[in-house]
Amino acid sequence: MNGQAPLTIAGRELSSRLILGTGGFTNHEVLASALEASGAELCTVALRRLDPAARGSILEVLDAAGVEVLPNTAGCYTARDAIITAQLAREAFETDWIKLEVIGDDRTLLPDAVELVAAAEALVDDGFTVLPYTTDDPILARRLEDVGCAAVMPLGSPIGSGMGIRNPYNISIVAERAKVPVILDAGVGTASDAALAIELGCDAVLCASAISRAHDPTAMARSIRLAVEAGWLARGAGRIPRRHYAEASTPDEGLPVFDTASQ
Amino acid sequence: MSVAVTVNGEQRELPAGATVASVIASLHNAPDGRGVAVAVEGEVVPRAQWPSTELRDGTTIEVVVAVQGG
Repeated sequence: MNGQAPLTIAGRELSSRLILGTGGFTNHEVLASALEASGAELCTVALRRLDPAARGSILEVLDAAGVEVLPNTAGCYTARDAIITAQLAREAFETDWIKLEVIGDDRTLLPDAVELVAAAEALVDDGFTVLPYTTDDPILARRLEDVGCAAVMPLGSPIGSGMGIRNPYNISIVAERAKVPVILDAGVGTASDAALAIELGCDAVLCASAISRAHDPTAMARSIRLAVEAGWLARGAGRIPRRHYAEASTPDEGLPVFDTASQ
Repeated sequence: MSVAVTVNGEQRELPAGATVASVIASLHNAPDGRGVAVAVEGEVVPRAQWPSTELRDGTTIEVVVAVQGG
């Protein structure tokens, strides 16, 4: 038991609200260890040309762990490339789920909004369950929801930057207005970022680099798992309002008086 | 008789009548079942059509598998 209500995306129930991105792990053993520590039930994979020299397949690691595969379209710059990549992924993994990424340039890796919406619409029409990686723009999130995406995945900050959530106001507006699950994707640097995402109203967190590039990926996987659970509990518990001035928690009533001259 | 095709960016000479299925079978490390997909001339070829999809001279084939990512 982890104290969280299950997360439902397109009718599929997940008991973990942490989705693991598998990029950046130094080898499959480290990935397997971090995966177990994360408690994740859904993991991203990418598609690349067959490498005759590769040793072992990541699918074997994920299958052995009993987790579901969420293929992505990482590296695609146009709707056309993303659509073909999604179709290849459907063929390769026998799933119609796709984490849709259409990026604008290789320095920021920020989503190209125009190509993203076009690809999302085409893939939804083609029967895919589309989970788009998007900016923290609430209007773009709404447009993606309108074309039939099963979730929206706003970034906290650029991929791999570890800069956390740069615009918590936008993330909370996206979460407040969305009728589909909101998954904070990209930017998480450490556990507190993941807790904040959930506290702001996100339904789940996707995390890759923060875990895979940590000094101890297994320990970081466990800490982010606990942070997601902590964020969920805190959100349900209800935070106190922020105030400019102090408000004593100890009552003034019954305070003893030591200055006898004033009595 | 042979056909010249490009597989994952590399030129290859294949016997006439070669199919997508025969190309996959010839590749080292290609998964037997799930985990591999093929595009010919930028169009995905479903697994069921691999044996019947013959490759013509000059065809470009991309063979992709799962890797760590994102």
